[in-house]
Amino acid sequence: MRTMIRSILVAAGVCLGGLVSGDALAAGGTTVHLDNPHINLKDEASLQRGAQTFVTNCLNCHQAQFMRWGHLTQIGLTEDQIKANLMFNPDAKFSDYMTSNLDAKDAKAWLGNVPPDLTLVARVRGSDWLYTFLRSYYVDPSTPSGWNNAAFPNTAMPHVLHDFQGAMAKVVVGEKESHGKKEAVTKLVMERAGTMNPQQYDLYVRDLVNYLTFMGEPARVKRTQMGVVVLLFLVVAFFAALIVKREYWKDVK
Amino acid sequence: MSNTIKQPIEPPIPGPAGKLIVWVDARFPLMSLWKDHLSEYYAPKNFNFWYYFGSLAMLVLVMQIVTGIFLTMNYKPDAKTAFASVEYIMRDVQWGWLIRYMHSTGASMFFLVVYLHMMRALLYGSYRKPRELLWIFGCMIYLTLMAEAFFGYLLPWGQMSYWGAQVIINLFAAVPIIGPDLAVWIRGDFNIGDATLNRFFAFHVIALPLVLLGLVAAHIMALHEVGSNNPDGIDIKKDIDPKTGTPRDGIPFHPYYTVKDIVGVVVFLALFSAIVFFAPEMGGFFLEAPNFVQADPLQTPAHIAPVWYFTPFYAMLRAVPSFLGSQFWGVAVMGAATLILFVLPWLDRGKVRSIRYRGPLFKRFLAAFVISFLVLGYLGVVPTTVWGQLPKALPLIGGDDLATWAARVLTIIYFAFFILMPWYSKKDIPNEKPEPTRVTY
Amino acid sequence: MSAIALNEVDPKKRRTLVIGGSVVGAVAGVAVAVPFIGSMFPSDRAKAAGGPVLYSVDKVEPGQLVTVEYRGAPHWIVRRTPEMVAELTKHDQLLADPGSEASKQPATAKNANRSIRPDILVLKAVCTHLGCVPSFRKKVVPADDLGEDWPGGFFCPCHQSKFDMSGRVFKGMPAPTNLEVTAYRFDGDNIVIDADAKGA
Repeated sequence: MRTMIRSILVAAGVCLGGLVSGDALAAGGTTVHLDNPHINLKDEASLQRGAQTFVTNCLNCHQAQFMRWGHLTQIGLTEDQIKANLMFNPDAKFSDYMTSNLDAKDAKAWLGNVPPDLTLVARVRGSDWLYTFLRSYYVDPSTPSGWNNAAFPNTAMPHVLHDFQGAMAKVVVGEKESHGKKEAVTKLVMERAGTMNPQQYDLYVRDLVNYLTFMGEPARVKRTQMGVVVLLFLVVAFFAALIVKREYWKDVK
Repeated sequence: MSNTIKQPIEPPIPGPAGKLIVWVDARFPLMSLWKDHLSEYYAPKNFNFWYYFGSLAMLVLVMQIVTGIFLTMNYKPDAKTAFASVEYIMRDVQWGWLIRYMHSTGASMFFLVVYLHMMRALLYGSYRKPRELLWIFGCMIYLTLMAEAFFGYLLPWGQMSYWGAQVIINLFAAVPIIGPDLAVWIRGDFNIGDATLNRFFAFHVIALPLVLLGLVAAHIMALHEVGSNNPDGIDIKKDIDPKTGTPRDGIPFHPYYTVKDIVGVVVFLALFSAIVFFAPEMGGFFLEAPNFVQADPLQTPAHIAPVWYFTPFYAMLRAVPSFLGSQFWGVAVMGAATLILFVLPWLDRGKVRSIRYRGPLFKRFLAAFVISFLVLGYLGVVPTTVWGQLPKALPLIGGDDLATWAARVLTIIYFAFFILMPWYSKKDIPNEKPEPTRVTY
Repeated sequence: MSAIALNEVDPKKRRTLVIGGSVVGAVAGVAVAVPFIGSMFPSDRAKAAGGPVLYSVDKVEPGQLVTVEYRGAPHWIVRRTPEMVAELTKHDQLLADPGSEASKQPATAKNANRSIRPDILVLKAVCTHLGCVPSFRKKVVPADDLGEDWPGGFFCPCHQSKFDMSGRVFKGMPAPTNLEVTAYRFDGDNIVIDADAKGA
């Protein structure tokens, strides 16, 4: 009996271990190492900077159709601050959703694809992927936009933030054997510097990804805080229940 | 139900509450239900860890119904607004996020609890005579639960909802002759759309919950008719204490097992709450990432996988190759894998019920069955290329995905547990150990 | 010999433990009930839809009535002429509650004008009898079906209740109280109807 349970547990462990590992993303065969942006949803200053970046750079083409302007009060902004600094459309009401004026038909004509809604993008792609994506653009004359991305090959989205980051190029730095085939080892190298140095740009993108993570699930901080209280209560409840059980089971011989 | 006038009982407790009970009992079988199913339902005293999962399954059923009702207050079963209504619940409805997570976590926990509950039956022979009908009701509950989960999963109208439903309904299209018409009838349209969503909503919210409640009631009635099994597999009713008229190794369900099950409930709720509050997505297993994208009939996600509790069967489906130009064989194997459970009571020719006293063959086959189910579950989650390809030099199977052949072998092991059972359970009889006369812990 | 031996039971201890356990259970029960009952209160979307309504004062001509919707109910904005305003103090004997003691209005509207500014009137256009929307009936010469004494005001077609140009109900009407004034304020050129404003 015990050996059987042990062998089942080993099998289960092997399976679970195989599942939980890895921060790499396989997209069409290529794997890219994903960088960690160190999300901190309690850092209101970072979230507010990220909100500003989002509204200025992303909301022109993308929408956040499930996110209300009013919910930005959850990152420590007042209604007046939101209206003054983030809401550029004078007709938009504070209770409206964060939509853009870009028509879907125009988007398809100008960009080839309708830019996806970003409200939930952090839950779909993950914060690590977003952080890596926004820092992995490189120049590529063969694409319609002139840009390509190491984390999202042949994306239709151009490098919107190239003024800040600058322009990188994909350079071959060596060769390696993989599955019996020779593959080029490449690296992204800065060709033309932008207005921010790499550390500044990384922080800039990190704030944006921090905000996108918040926007994907505004209730997240409240959720984890409540979880601590609930689990502590359940520990107390466990002992209360156990004491009652043991008292009654004294009767059982 | 007697044909003579019912005599009023003595108040079981003092005061106005006691008088109320007497009044109700004169008009409703209150005290007889209380006695037959709780205070004088004698259950074996040696229930262990495996015996918590029945009451836990009932708890999860109640939780799903309650959270489901509150979700239905705000969810819109319309293809244009369904996805948005879920985000409305997550963001605008007070506490909506919590109710949603409880429902999604509860769905996965339901299957975890039910699988462990079924495992108990396999370990201790709870499907054996006279509990065959109990087991059959249980299998019907399992099938209904799978259908309930399938219908429910379309409702968020995400990419995985849509395309998962597309794949499964196309399986029905693979049925010979009537397949394509059957698929149209199920969908209510030529493609999955608003008509499909609305009817799946009706099935998920009212039709199947009613069926589940009825089956659970039948399941418990069947159990109480013959009494519970126990880890030793012996019949406690064979040894009655003449002084009390009750089994010597039995204890009243109330208060002993009500009090013990409450401890089990608290432990379960701690695990449940840890998931709800700290990891509701569970790494993409309970809430799949592609489902946070609205359903798009024009774009298939890179990876269509069913939720984890279906993956063993999905792995079997993928493992069966196309024969005679039809994919139907995979569907048939998948269906057979669930239906074969029903006949288990009649496949087992052993003398003893519990694994504690079984011979080595049964133990090995059961271990192999469990391992095959778990590994098939893993294989159903990952792409078939996960273990690479077999060397091309091999005849017939060279170049094929290793995982596909592993799934085929494991599927055979899964079925072998059942199909060979009449042989190995009989062969094991000389090696079975003697059962005790009184229960052991 | 059964499995249950009840000779060592201490009933007092058991009762205490059960009561203690039940208290923990009751706390858990309340904690679980809170999110479910809470979820039935207005969502952020409902609150947004019920948010303040703005209307530009300049758009209302003298003597004109404009209807806007606030929280599902019609509301009137009337720019009263000086003659209409002067009338308001002349017919107290016809009114059931000239001082607006029994009716619902903010403190700023507890006067003959029942408004912040004497000329601009903001009323909830729902008859206090059974909820119909009254009609706007100015004072006319020659008199019409409302008679010689009609000072101008509102007339409800459902059960013939009469209200003056401040929404105050006449004596002997089916309607029990003056028409309600929903809290509002002036914000630049706009009237802002906002029942949740502080000091409403």
